[in-house]
Amino acid sequence: MLQETTTSRLKPAIALEGISKSFPGVRALSEVSLSLYPGSVTALIGENGAGKSTLVKILTGIYQPDAGVIRVDGEETHFPTAQSAAYAGVTAIHQETVLFDELSVAENIFLGHAPRNRFGLIDWKKLNGDARELLRRVGAEIDPTIRLRDLGIANKHMVAIARALSIDASVVIMDEPTAALSHKEIHELYELIDRLKADGKAILFISHKFDEIFRIADRYTVFRDGGMVGEGLIADVTQDQLVKMMVGRDVGQVFPKVDVAIGEPVLTVSGYRHPTEFEDINFELRRGEILGFYGLIGAGRSEFMQSLIGITRPSAGAVKLDGEVLVIRSPAEAIEAGIVYVPEERGRQGAIIGLPIFQNVTLPSLHRTSRSGFLKLANEFALAREYTQRLDLRAASLDQDVGTLSGGNQQKVVIAKWLATQPKVIILDEPTKGIDIGSKAAVHAFMSELAGQGLSVIMVSSEIPEITGMADRVIVMREGRIVGRFERSELSAEKLVRAAAGISEAA
Amino acid sequence: MAERTLSPRVIPDRLQSRGNRLLKSWESLLLVVAVLIFTINSFASPYFLDPWNLSDATFNFTEKAMIAFAMALVIIAGEIDLSVASIIALSSTAMGLAVSFGFDTPVLIAVGLGTGLVCGMINGLLITGLGLPSIVVTIGTMSLFRGLSFIILGDKAFTGYPASFAYFGQGYVWWVFSFEFVLFALFAAIYSVLLHKTNFGRAVYAIGNNQTAALFSGVRVGRVKFILFLLTGLMAGIASICLTSRLGSTRPSIALGVELEVVTMVVLGGVSILGGSGTIPGVVLAAFIMGMVTFGFGLLNVPGIVMSIFIGVLLISVIALPILWARARRRVAH
Repeated sequence: MLQETTTSRLKPAIALEGISKSFPGVRALSEVSLSLYPGSVTALIGENGAGKSTLVKILTGIYQPDAGVIRVDGEETHFPTAQSAAYAGVTAIHQETVLFDELSVAENIFLGHAPRNRFGLIDWKKLNGDARELLRRVGAEIDPTIRLRDLGIANKHMVAIARALSIDASVVIMDEPTAALSHKEIHELYELIDRLKADGKAILFISHKFDEIFRIADRYTVFRDGGMVGEGLIADVTQDQLVKMMVGRDVGQVFPKVDVAIGEPVLTVSGYRHPTEFEDINFELRRGEILGFYGLIGAGRSEFMQSLIGITRPSAGAVKLDGEVLVIRSPAEAIEAGIVYVPEERGRQGAIIGLPIFQNVTLPSLHRTSRSGFLKLANEFALAREYTQRLDLRAASLDQDVGTLSGGNQQKVVIAKWLATQPKVIILDEPTKGIDIGSKAAVHAFMSELAGQGLSVIMVSSEIPEITGMADRVIVMREGRIVGRFERSELSAEKLVRAAAGISEAA
Repeated sequence: MAERTLSPRVIPDRLQSRGNRLLKSWESLLLVVAVLIFTINSFASPYFLDPWNLSDATFNFTEKAMIAFAMALVIIAGEIDLSVASIIALSSTAMGLAVSFGFDTPVLIAVGLGTGLVCGMINGLLITGLGLPSIVVTIGTMSLFRGLSFIILGDKAFTGYPASFAYFGQGYVWWVFSFEFVLFALFAAIYSVLLHKTNFGRAVYAIGNNQTAALFSGVRVGRVKFILFLLTGLMAGIASICLTSRLGSTRPSIALGVELEVVTMVVLGGVSILGGSGTIPGVVLAAFIMGMVTFGFGLLNVPGIVMSIFIGVLLISVIALPILWARARRRVAH
């Protein structure tokens, strides 16, 4: 494991120097550098939103950097398209790998560069033979002629890796490759990575799981808030040091947290479980409290929240609101009871972008603005104005389609929509994901104001500063279970990261 | 105009006045087209402007338009009902059966409406209860309902409807205004209010624009869709009563292919085939346009098959035009 101390003398297979990338309102990467060496695995570590995905997209030609240089084998290169990156020998295996269910395994492996016979038609014999050889090299016993849909997720991964090898890649990027794999499959993946190393491939390994990183990686690079904050050999570093690098940040970041007298329990959830998504969820939410739910993506937080408002049915569990047992079978019933959920996927679940702002805001409150089922537009405009103004919405008029607004302003409309129902409990799922800093501050300020007015808030967030800055109490979930509960006084970024990643409290 | 710079500031309700918006709408364009066709027709044939001829012309669209109102809501909600013509056939067959058992007009009406409702309920249950796509379900029930009519009727026809039953398709309420036309006007008003002035109508738009977000916002998506299919079934039942009364007989091939004319009318009326937008006044104008074109062709002795070709071309054009228009605008923008 520790034999890889010679890499510093090697020339990097690919090197990024001073790469910066901005999106409207966000600086995703600022002057980061990263070198990947042949025959070596480099772990890329960072919180959600640290800029890892952006970097992968630049490496694979999907995004163009605003500044900086990419060098392949020492020569300056540009990747204007995904294809040019592939020609240069860079290939990525994503969390959700893009493969085609209805095609055969061999077709998937050679899609776009299938061997052809002298008539220009696909040479099926060679295609299947080459595919079999590649699959043998990655150690997967898969018949290349069967359809991909008949394979399990782990074997699909193997196909994706075989595809990566088929273009003779020198740089292989693995973006959380183990997220969907079982223990045994993970072990097979490790063996494969060892084989790729032996073949002299440069591997970038992105993972949130520290045990994997220490098992498989030779080097590490840590990103935080779009910048590189540390790199070196895995052999020279401890878990603790990596966690510190990941989360250590300016304490100066200000959150508009207001001290609120926290009252009696409002919402009590006991014994909530679901056959596949979550298990044994118990907690209490008090009046005026902001309760944070932290965890890695896929920890089951959104799934649990959606079952709380009746989108999915839990297999067991009870909810009490103000001491009374509730049965919620649909979002309509949840809204009626006073529990609302601001979904994570704004475009798909939150905003109706083809309808005007005021109609979006009043949709769940129509029974209040209308009279015996008939619309009262004046009431609708009044309600929409009241709540959009409280959130400091920037729009030209209230009958403008929501689709014409910026992401941050769309999110304000969505939050206004839920607040206008005058709920007792509001669940905000990643309320500031993908919105600009100004809108973020407005949302945070408003959250404080709501808690001050006695509303109970559940905030699902994967952003540590937001959790530590805003929450009174934090529940950490991992793999569908509650694995940690922290009071505000004992809150630290490190504790959260440890709990979410399943690292013991040792050393 | 409001101040654009300072915050906090008051966001105005509207920047564009309602009149201004109306002027630029698809509906205004339809109105111009309707006037044009009216003028052309009145020059093409000296018989066109006769009040009784015009009244006769309305029978070309009243039955289809009644279904088109309910269909407009279904399409705005992002679904479709292709079984309406077959529901007409099955309702008519059921009424014919009732006649053969010796029942009188009130029972016939109940049978016609009831059959439509039951058919709509079957569609609604399959689509919302089992979560099947409406295009598949209603293509299936289109064959099913029509097939039942064929089995019951064979190559026979039901005739011998009571004299009092003739009023619904042949009667006049006042002067040249037929019962069917008055019913059409009444439903135009009812569906305009339902779609544009009620919470239910707002839910229909919300579902058609983004079903998931509508569900998250507390819209009872399943219930709304079920009601919509119930409504198209009911309207097909009403249309069946009018049509059967007007023809005075039932054959299994009654109203064959009418579903396409209804969908064409809805889309010509400015309802997006992808769901989410459209108005009832637009559908009313489209009904007039299609009725007048059919009538004009009749006056000019154009054979019926040409009308069928015309409907086909019209359907493709009104679906293609907005898409081509958007593409052309994008190209200009580049």
